[in-house]
Amino acid sequence: MDALYRDYILDHYKNPRNFGELEPHSLEAHDVNPLCGDELGVHLVVDGEGTITDLRFHGQGCAISQASASIASEELIGMKADEVAALGADWLIDLLGIPISPTRRKCALLSLKVMRGAISGDASWPE
Amino acid sequence: MESATTTAAAAKPLAEVRADFPILRRERDGVPIAYLDSAATSQKPESVIAAIDSYYRQSNANVHRGVYELAQEATDLFEGARERIAAFVGGETATTIFTRNATEAINLVAYAWGGANVGPGDEVVITHMEHHSNIVPWQLLCQRQGAKLRYLGVSEDGQLSLDQLDEVLGSGRVKIVSVAHVSNVLGTINPVEEIVARAKAAGAVTLIDGSQAVPQMPVDLGRIGADFYAWTGHKALGPTGIGVLHGRRDVLEAMPPFIGGGDMIASVGFDTSTWNDLPWKFEAGTSPIAEGVALGAAIDYLSAIGMDNVRAHERELTAYTLERLEEVEGVHVFGPIDPDSRGGVVSLELKGIHPHDLAEICDREHVCIRAGHHCAQPLMREMGVPATARASFHVYNNHEDVDRLISALQTAREVFAL
Repeated sequence: MDALYRDYILDHYKNPRNFGELEPHSLEAHDVNPLCGDELGVHLVVDGEGTITDLRFHGQGCAISQASASIASEELIGMKADEVAALGADWLIDLLGIPISPTRRKCALLSLKVMRGAISGDASWPE
Repeated sequence: MESATTTAAAAKPLAEVRADFPILRRERDGVPIAYLDSAATSQKPESVIAAIDSYYRQSNANVHRGVYELAQEATDLFEGARERIAAFVGGETATTIFTRNATEAINLVAYAWGGANVGPGDEVVITHMEHHSNIVPWQLLCQRQGAKLRYLGVSEDGQLSLDQLDEVLGSGRVKIVSVAHVSNVLGTINPVEEIVARAKAAGAVTLIDGSQAVPQMPVDLGRIGADFYAWTGHKALGPTGIGVLHGRRDVLEAMPPFIGGGDMIASVGFDTSTWNDLPWKFEAGTSPIAEGVALGAAIDYLSAIGMDNVRAHERELTAYTLERLEEVEGVHVFGPIDPDSRGGVVSLELKGIHPHDLAEICDREHVCIRAGHHCAQPLMREMGVPATARASFHVYNNHEDVDRLISALQTAREVFAL
């Protein structure tokens, strides 16, 4: 068993959940990882209570960035938008459950960066 | 072709040169490094490292002005290196300008020549296969001057079209054509003599970006005939921090300086100054002296091998790589298929595995390849991919390095359950 490319990571890479676009949507953001050219966009639907009721992500990237977006998407549906805006890097790294080296950190965190950006407009990298 | 070898040393068998590069003895868990990223930067032979060391231990002083013996020695080493570097590519010493890298060399032309010669409505022509360093300076120039930036396309098999060049030149507004000699992604060796001749006939000035050419093949500036030719030291076995711009004398003399400061002046008054002779007019401030001396050692090393031999080695390794890649299911190679028309760089994609994941799995086997857009995003867009994986070679690479790459690609297919 590969420590990084574990079965569930490859499964999310090959069969991403919540992949595509969502029309209509209430929030959206799009971003790139300038180092590698990977790109990721997200469409969110937030209800009157501030709860994320649906989301889709789209774009292209490596197994780590795509699996990260797919795995995160399953957790984010049902969460409060302001909770998501406050999530840090550790939340997603822990959720992925694989050793992320410094060179792959941005791959892993691009999805959270885009989702936080859609909600709060804060386009900084999660720390 | 005259590759102007001043060092009379006999050609060294290429199998022996690997031992000249100390870094290649680096191991991880007993596995030696397979360095396949020389298009990004080359490794350095012992003689280049020793040149830097001995310069600082024995000969360091500021150049051009000291009256004492040590300063004269430093000046002789630095200017002697310039002379040999110029001769290496068939250039003239006085028109061989040291810069920080090829990027700065191209910026020098875009600012100093471009600012004085490109105006509103004029056109600048580059191609879709350029490195960002030969795109962004021209975008900035065109924005400043109100000029138009035009691109030549790249065909499916990685070639430029001379017909399209003629068509673009037909506007009569083209002031400069700036093209890579060898593509850092596709490996394409462009027909630069023909491009220069056609541009010249249309009244345009030419710049050739030789960053990927000078390190790996004989280059004869006289035969190419470009007004400007730029390259960088660190890809040619030399140190970082030094690049070269060769220019045509009359063009350089008519140009205003780029950066102002010491060493580039003849005299300085309160309001105005007059400029030093070539090449120093374009070398403001203290030069990268140790780097210049070490780049001299690098071209001595390459000359001793012989650039025809270097080119033959690159061609053979590229052909071997292309052949072995056919064994790996799902591999698609970008650029020309004929090794005669490409340099020592192979960009590829493996269906189902992103280039970053490929590079990561290669690294586990201590095989260094590059993944990404290779500072050529417009080209990536043309090819319809976000990134590629790229292996590139220099004199120290051998079949075993390629074999290890192939085996790592097979491992990646297993990891990804393909």
